Amino acid sequence: MNLTLKIWRQRNNADKGGFKEYKVTEVSKDMSFLEMLDVLNESLTEKGEDPVHFDHDCREGICGMCSLYINGKPHGPLQTTTCQLHMRSFNDGETITIEPWRAKAFPVMKDLVVDRSAFDRIIQAGGYISVNTGGVPDANEIPIPKTVADKAMDAAQCIGCGACVAACKNASAMLFTSAKISQLALLPQGQVERKTRAEKMVAQMDAEGFGACTNTGACEAECPKGISITNIARMNREYFTAVVSSENL
Amino acid sequence: MILDSKIPDGPLAEKWTKHKFSVKLVNPANKRKYDVIVVGTGLAGASAAASLAELGYNVKAFCFQDSPRRAHSIAAQGGINAAKNYQNDGDSIFRLFYDTIKGGDYRAREANVHRLAEVSVSIIDQCVAQGVPFAREYGGLLANRSFGGAQVSRTFYARGQTGQQLLLGAYSALSRQVANGKVKLYPRTEMMDVVIVDGKARGIITRNLITGAIESHSAHAVLLCTGGYGNVFFLSTNAMGSNVTAAWRAHKKGAFMANPCFTQIHPTCIPVSGDHQSKLTLMSESLRNDGRVWVPATKETAEKLRKGQIKASDIKEEDRDYFLERKYPSFGNLVPRDVASRNAKYVCDEGRGVNETGEAVFLDFRDAIIRDGKNVISAKYGNLFDMYQQITGEDPYQVPMMIYPAVHYTMGGLWVDYNLMTTVPGLYALGEANFSDHGANRLGASALMQGLADGYFVIPYTVGDYLAQTPSTKIGTDHPEFKKAEKEVKDRVQKLLSIKGEKTVDHFHKRLGKIMWNYCGMARTEEGLKEAKKMIQELKAEFWSNVKVLGENEELNQSLEKAHRVADFIELGELMVDDALNRNESCGGHFREEYQTPEGEALRDDANYAYVAAWQYVGEGQEEVLHKEPLVFENVKLTQRSYK
Amino acid sequence: MSWVSKTLNSTLGRKLLMALTGLFLILFLVVHLAGNLQLLIPDGGESFNIYAETMAKNPLIRVVSIGNFAFILIHVVYSIMLSRYNKAARPIGFAESKANTNSAWASRNMGILGTLILIFLLVHLRGFWYEFKFGEIPTAVYEGVTYKNVYLIVAEAYSNPLYVLFYVVSMGFLAFHLSHGFASAFQTLGLNHAKYSPLIQKVGIGFSILIPALFALIPIMMFLQA
Repeated sequence: MNLTLKIWRQRNNADKGGFKEYKVTEVSKDMSFLEMLDVLNESLTEKGEDPVHFDHDCREGICGMCSLYINGKPHGPLQTTTCQLHMRSFNDGETITIEPWRAKAFPVMKDLVVDRSAFDRIIQAGGYISVNTGGVPDANEIPIPKTVADKAMDAAQCIGCGACVAACKNASAMLFTSAKISQLALLPQGQVERKTRAEKMVAQMDAEGFGACTNTGACEAECPKGISITNIARMNREYFTAVVSSENL
Repeated sequence: MILDSKIPDGPLAEKWTKHKFSVKLVNPANKRKYDVIVVGTGLAGASAAASLAELGYNVKAFCFQDSPRRAHSIAAQGGINAAKNYQNDGDSIFRLFYDTIKGGDYRAREANVHRLAEVSVSIIDQCVAQGVPFAREYGGLLANRSFGGAQVSRTFYARGQTGQQLLLGAYSALSRQVANGKVKLYPRTEMMDVVIVDGKARGIITRNLITGAIESHSAHAVLLCTGGYGNVFFLSTNAMGSNVTAAWRAHKKGAFMANPCFTQIHPTCIPVSGDHQSKLTLMSESLRNDGRVWVPATKETAEKLRKGQIKASDIKEEDRDYFLERKYPSFGNLVPRDVASRNAKYVCDEGRGVNETGEAVFLDFRDAIIRDGKNVISAKYGNLFDMYQQITGEDPYQVPMMIYPAVHYTMGGLWVDYNLMTTVPGLYALGEANFSDHGANRLGASALMQGLADGYFVIPYTVGDYLAQTPSTKIGTDHPEFKKAEKEVKDRVQKLLSIKGEKTVDHFHKRLGKIMWNYCGMARTEEGLKEAKKMIQELKAEFWSNVKVLGENEELNQSLEKAHRVADFIELGELMVDDALNRNESCGGHFREEYQTPEGEALRDDANYAYVAAWQYVGEGQEEVLHKEPLVFENVKLTQRSYK
Repeated sequence: MSWVSKTLNSTLGRKLLMALTGLFLILFLVVHLAGNLQLLIPDGGESFNIYAETMAKNPLIRVVSIGNFAFILIHVVYSIMLSRYNKAARPIGFAESKANTNSAWASRNMGILGTLILIFLLVHLRGFWYEFKFGEIPTAVYEGVTYKNVYLIVAEAYSNPLYVLFYVVSMGFLAFHLSHGFASAFQTLGLNHAKYSPLIQKVGIGFSILIPALFALIPIMMFLQA
């Protein structure tokens, strides 16, 4: 396959940046999307041009490091991570537009690399159960109904890639935040800090400058792990209950 | 130098308990006076950083990824072992210990492995308390499965994403300490060197991957939790960024490297599809429970298949060779990882491999689908089949899957004593970065166990013992040793940038990978290893004169990052070859063709090689010096593995 | 900041106000429609005029109607606040977007739809409510009691085909607005459950078609009857 790539290039955070076009030839259908970019980068380096910078690590769809807004969709045309996208999803002669995640809370660092540390700070605000190592009860002391554990797992599968933010017209991080709030609100171990957690994580999410939720459902439709917006509803419930009843003034 | 493993005296089962009592403690009020650096935020690193911060130490945690949550522990699928015996099926700490020692082909320390089995039970408790959503039975209790041919069900799991859930658990504990101000987090920061002052590790030099700033960090102890070095093979199931740099710099500063040639090759990976391949994807071992492994019986048929003249379904039953079932009638397709991998290599070497490259064997579910129905197979393996289809574009319900072995885990690593301290005082290695618990072969679901055991339950005791004997005086980063190390790092950066050669970093990495895979992979020979050593030395010389690294240091520069890592991989590669050459026996993941039984099985030499090979770096261009730590087995009887 | 203002200033708090006021306005639509349908009773406007006068004099309804205006105001003000806030969350947009593959058009354009509905509302209030309250309106006498003959005003307005068209198109906007807004309000309130949500979705769609359609039917019928 021969393709034209329209890629966002930006030297650093301060740079204005812009699109640049590249031709890639002899692309195999069996290549992954990122391998296609590897090939481009090899040829750019050989020519003495700065290779395109993009985030990636595990390349098996679980670390959440890869991003890319491909042809108008986060992680490209399939509901999967970019690293799991293969070139057979594209046609010969096609022009592919590649952009970084766009959000005030995700500043572009270089080319397609963005800073997602806002997500870490949301977790730091309360996405945990405060137990120290040691001194915990036996793992089987508290039975958890399978349906509840499964639901918690559904939410816990979030890989923190930020596709939800990219998909959302408001650059909202509600799917990400709600997935963690849900997971811990569902489990008995999470009850003690349940209210405080919801309050603090929502406050941090807002402080980071993510948008509000319009319930368009785009995040759920694009989430590579299929996290459901029922989690957002649960977060809302948790938050409203918390603000009216918690001890935090 | 005599290696002192510091294994406590006394009966095996009491060693750890006794040791915990005998270690010195740091007064609670004094803990805040001590700084600890943790490099790497995978299971070992995140759990260690969180646990030490909880105790009151000041922790600095570093990772090269954009967030601690991305560390490659996250990709572990299968599960985590623990000797809970919740299933009442005869499991015990001793049995887990025994299985691990035996599975490691008797090349691991008894005391370390027993401690691992002991603390395994606490790990599960800890993770559940953190909110890890392990699989559960309808009664609400934890579910277990049998994994990797184990005869008891001791594996805890969270769907096919156990590593993810455990890592997110550890990451949440870490995040809590970041919020508490006890951990300072340095993401997108790569460790470039260890700083040693008066013979003790007192800090590290890092490079900020966004700004390129070379910075010094001082502490009282340094913990390397930087994972394995499987990427020395270029293609592996490791993450693209996984590297040996931290461990290798430590090695060059005096930490011995132990058993570097012990690498695990996993049999069920998706085969390479072309030159562009950047990494390999593992599919769960469980597929071998129902899939049958075969290749065409003759070279001619295989050739036609490769050229696309015939399809797999055209090959008649009598023209298929179910080689594992044929050679190992009692274990069949369920032989251990190393045996399955090696035999796949043999049939491909014979020219009977499939796929266009000839480097693949079939894993066929046809019979299982006929026997159990598509629904049953889909319920068991649906997600794996989907993943396979996504990557290869083929539907495994219709055509047989193709698999080929790939590098998956490295049992070797920095030599550590019972306290997980390397040969450099104050420098520790945890998790896959050390060599300690898996011998020559790691059992399934044991990597997660070891990472968390080291981080949550071992290091908090042992590092305290060291710190209690270390003055709390701080050393400023303006100390000459820091300045010297900083300068070395900056010089190296400049050198890499100034070569301005012809070939890209990946070019060298791929060539190194090929050498390692062909000569130091699944089967090794003396002749081949000697050849490889020469080739690696040539490659190293070429790298340092002809590598092309664009851009500058003061920016996000992924080529420069890779160049540092590949330079270290090349040096490690040579040591792996040395180690493989030295070990004139076959054991676990190390198979020397000269040393096999008449049936072609690994032949151990316990009389001469029941030791840990720990290598000491003595200077640029010099042969490394071998130190031997004899392995003493007092509680298990050494036997030959047989799967006939 | 007190916990109340803190909450109402959070993204979730603002959404909560949007949802609550939206749901109230949805209820209002039902009541309003029930009244308006009396325009179709072929009694020359008697029932409607009596109804309008009764409503206007009922103190409870007066309180509710003030509330109604307040809710519309809150709904509008908060939507502007949220829109600005959301826009700021993505200062640089994507060059290419295939949002149509992951979400419904109406859900992404509630602000535009809302603005169009607001324009309609202003025209509507000027034309009828303002006239009724402050305008010079002819009267009608039923059983010896004098009533304002609002019916006449309405009938007059609806004899203009452009006016009718404006109404019908506006009801189309309302339909789209409701097609997302109805279920969305429940989601915002946290009322999402596998057992009930499918029903809420269906009712929402039904509501968003039926109510605006009936509203649109009134001017059409009156135009045809005129």
